[in-house]
Amino acid sequence: MTGSRIVLTRRALLTGAASAAGLALTGCTERLPPTYGNVLRMSDNLSYVAHRLLIPRHALAKEYGRGDVTSFPAIGTTNPADPAGESFSKTLGPEFSRLMHGDFADYRLQIDGHVARPGSYSLADLKRFAPRTQITKHTCEEGWSAIGEWTGTPLARVLVACGALPGARFVNFHTFDDWDDSIDMVDALHPQTILAWGMNGRDLPLGHGAPLRLRVETQLGYKSLKFLQRMTVTQEFFDPAPEKQATFSGGWAWYAGI
Amino acid sequence: MSTSIADSASARGHPRWVRVTHWLIATAVLTLTFSGYVILMVHPRLYWGDAGNSLTPALIELPISRNHRNGNWSEPVPFFASVASPVTSNRDFPDMFNQNAWARSLHFLAAWCAVLGGLVYVIVGLLSGHARRDLWPRAREVGPRRLWRDVRDHLQLRIRPTGGGPPYGPLQKLAYTFVIFVALPTMVLTGLAMSPAVTAAIPPLASLFGGSQSSRTVHFFVFVAVAMFVVVHVVMVLLSGFGRQMRGMTIGSRR
Repeated sequence: MTGSRIVLTRRALLTGAASAAGLALTGCTERLPPTYGNVLRMSDNLSYVAHRLLIPRHALAKEYGRGDVTSFPAIGTTNPADPAGESFSKTLGPEFSRLMHGDFADYRLQIDGHVARPGSYSLADLKRFAPRTQITKHTCEEGWSAIGEWTGTPLARVLVACGALPGARFVNFHTFDDWDDSIDMVDALHPQTILAWGMNGRDLPLGHGAPLRLRVETQLGYKSLKFLQRMTVTQEFFDPAPEKQATFSGGWAWYAGI
Repeated sequence: MSTSIADSASARGHPRWVRVTHWLIATAVLTLTFSGYVILMVHPRLYWGDAGNSLTPALIELPISRNHRNGNWSEPVPFFASVASPVTSNRDFPDMFNQNAWARSLHFLAAWCAVLGGLVYVIVGLLSGHARRDLWPRAREVGPRRLWRDVRDHLQLRIRPTGGGPPYGPLQKLAYTFVIFVALPTMVLTGLAMSPAVTAAIPPLASLFGGSQSSRTVHFFVFVAVAMFVVVHVVMVLLSGFGRQMRGMTIGSRR
């Protein structure tokens, strides 16, 4: 069992490397993520291109010591099971409630799309990968920031394990509070991009995205989605809600490294 | 129309590259002011250090939006067992003001225009000798007596009419030099020092101003200085011959 997993991992590692190389090669010819039809978004794409050209791909965000951990507001959805919540999902909300009452023992992260081995991972499955713990600063678009310790599985390892195929360019996430967002392969393979289940030495608190959230340390906080439900690897940019363009969720810049 | 000395010195107005970059940067600065204010309204609290939020003490709270009062927070839960442990708390703030989805993008659009226009201005300004010849104050101009006379003239509103363009007075040179070479570059650097991707690539940038929240605070106060410059600048344009000044900065030469 362990042996076969290592073989798979090694093969998948090559696949992962191939897709990373593919990204680098096709980076110039592939179409950019859309600007949501908005002239304002030209600058977001300009920042995105400039960052990808000028910033070393795996430059690490500053890591702090335990003594630097600060108080940390929980904002947006703080409980996807709450029907009064702003982004309550009629389908996923009740399911989240059921999982929460079972202490997330039945929780599974669905993984599909452009991968060799679609499937689902329980928290125990994810914890079997070598975890990463990092104390980083969360920068909220609102203007505040907070320092916290996060423990989780590097997303790169999960992509290797599920066999992300060559040509994979985006990793999309869907959450229990019905949010969609995606990151490119540069951020997905970044060493500090993790699927976090722990915060400040304990299980992830509900308000901060239990049982599993994304941490993308080189972008603003809203890219670090909470309450992950599904992860889909794609070759094309997927705009989850073009009809929501003018709304709170649809109107936000896709690239938020600035 | 006679060709007096005052005329010939200023008849040329400003060179075309100054006129183009001036209005590009002016438009960008106005847009940055507007969008920056909308962004600040979302979290009108300023901090010192690397991190700061509604659960930590603020350096300054600006009562500029309903977010000033921060919404409703659940009973704080400590992360650790210690007495002084940092806490978490859930925010419930349904009617929060937040227009950052467009305000941030507009801010960066204007910032790109300002930075690119500013680079052209500074590079051409240095290479053409405009900066050295017309902007950089000479030692004798900023001597205490000369400077004091210029301050007194301004306070008494004894403004000599000019035709738009150099030569500039001592205070005028100091103001331009400060804004071009100190204030606006500081705005760009403190702005970049708030970016999670840029500070990952250039860590010293974040600590240059004492952390990213300090950078945000410095960004605000240097903006206040730039805004004060803009107000005084416009008043001086009005007092020193608005028509000639505008002609000098738009169509330039009369010939």
